Amino acid sequence: MIEIEQLTVRVPGFALTDINLSVKEGEFFALIGPTGAGKTLILESIAGLVRCTSGRIRIRGKDITHLPPEARGVGIVYQDHALFPHLSVKDNIRYGLRYHPKTTGTCHSTLDRWIEHLGLSHLLDRATENLSGGEKQRVALARALAIQPTVLLLDEPLSALDPNFREEIRQLLHELHRETKITILMVTHDFSEAHFLAQRIAVIHRGQIEQIGTLKAVFTAPSTPFVAQFVGMKNIFPVTLNDSRAYTSDLSFNVEKPDDNKTHMAIRPEHILLFAAKPDNAKVNLFEGNIAKINNQGIISEIDIAVSTAHFQLILTTSQIHQLELSPGQRVYISVPPEQIHLM
Amino acid sequence: MSASNPKAVLVSNGLFLGLAVLSATVIAAFILFPLIEMVTQPSFKSLGEAAADRQVVRAIGLSIYTSGMAALISLIIGTPFAYLLARRNFFGKKLLESIIDLPIMIPHPVVGIAILGIAGRNHWLGNAMQQLGIHIMGTVTGLVTVLTFVGLPFYINTAKAGFEAIPKRLEKVSRSLGASAAGTFMRVTLPLGWRSMVVGMIMCTARAVSEFGAVVIVAYHPMVAPVMIYERFTAYGLEYSQPVAVWLIVVCLILFLLLRFFSLPKKNIS
Repeated sequence: MIEIEQLTVRVPGFALTDINLSVKEGEFFALIGPTGAGKTLILESIAGLVRCTSGRIRIRGKDITHLPPEARGVGIVYQDHALFPHLSVKDNIRYGLRYHPKTTGTCHSTLDRWIEHLGLSHLLDRATENLSGGEKQRVALARALAIQPTVLLLDEPLSALDPNFREEIRQLLHELHRETKITILMVTHDFSEAHFLAQRIAVIHRGQIEQIGTLKAVFTAPSTPFVAQFVGMKNIFPVTLNDSRAYTSDLSFNVEKPDDNKTHMAIRPEHILLFAAKPDNAKVNLFEGNIAKINNQGIISEIDIAVSTAHFQLILTTSQIHQLELSPGQRVYISVPPEQIHLM
Repeated sequence: MSASNPKAVLVSNGLFLGLAVLSATVIAAFILFPLIEMVTQPSFKSLGEAAADRQVVRAIGLSIYTSGMAALISLIIGTPFAYLLARRNFFGKKLLESIIDLPIMIPHPVVGIAILGIAGRNHWLGNAMQQLGIHIMGTVTGLVTVLTFVGLPFYINTAKAGFEAIPKRLEKVSRSLGASAAGTFMRVTLPLGWRSMVVGMIMCTARAVSEFGAVVIVAYHPMVAPVMIYERFTAYGLEYSQPVAVWLIVVCLILFLLLRFFSLPKKNIS
């Protein structure tokens, strides 16, 4: 559906390099990465709003790399909504209709249905400046959908919204995709948003794609230390592998499926086991350490445990912390099951 | 001064405010006092005579006409250029922006001499223009040319600032919805940027109305208001030049009020 081949885009002070990406017809695909990674630049390249330095973009097999934005049939929704302030809600929504003859006549009823479904019927004559964040986002969505785009591009659609509107729009996007089966490419810096909405994701960092795959694959088997950190694997160490063991600077671990080509290991904080006293039965990868810090975050708490010169991050429920009577400086034991050590 | 000493902080703040008020008073007096004096010195009789003087009316009318034409030309040729500067980055842009500001910085008689230098028979361009029947020296065409030269930077800079204040994303969304670049300009940029274009035209007109140095070189006749004020001052003295000056100030004041009206704070562009 959307095929990006070896796309390079250079803008002052930044470059997207050698981007290869494929989004299937009807798929909800998320491009995730931190601020400044180049996510929006990819969206704007697809929409034709920035000039590609090299590479190729195809939509439904048609090469659109050099087509002007108005000839691409791609809808885009920005996080700041970008509503036309001099036009009413109705005129914003109908802005693109005159350029898309196929959307006139019978298809107007589709638009009217969407206006109703998005809860905009009573707002049509209002000025856009008086709308709430959620209403503005719904108008921006209706405006993009009105031209019946082949692809809908969403640029951090939930980021600028209050938490209550965020949930509302998230549900709305979910329903929108389920009902229309439109191909959606969303960029976000929030992994949980992608988790809720997307079928596949790509992680981008400093203008390059680090990993593409299903949510489960990226979440459980990140391919680089950056991706591991981005999906919440807080314990990432450079290692050397030898004889089924992974060696950090001063610790060694039993691992499953050792591979000499791997250079890092990562462990999710919730996969490390903690013992207030030395366990009776022999545990693999058992280390003695001290609690360096307990960071209470309400229902859960993050615990920093110093083992030799290494620091391990664990997550426990706050009630577990109280039951075990844990406090900073206390001597504890941690164990890391070999199957929970992910090598990269 | 220590923040822990509330009295000292109060005195310091009071002194700072007092200095600011004093500065504002001195500047306001410096600008207003000579102007008020000049406006109040002529008698109603002399003002009436000046208003009835066909030469005065013609000179002020010509000033407004030629300045208005300069603003119109600036609008037509300056708008695409201002938009280009606001929206595109290209090699040499800073240099081009500096060139635009040159007419503000160079002495205005020099502007007049420079224009005459290329408009005369001895220059290929002047020769070609004269063969086409376009004469600069001592003509309304010459006046409009020189006033456009000095007024254009004011239009371009104001319109450019106005275009820059419009979020690029609005234009990007418009393009994605199917509008061409020209369609986007007409449906998004122009409705949001027209105020700054009007303000730019008013600034250009105001600047052109007050031009003397370049005008007096290129076209002493037909006589515009600043040249007439100068002529009456040198030939008859202060008393005879003041009524014309007052009427010119009234015209400038009207332009100033229009400028303030059009540049009232706008609603935020989302």
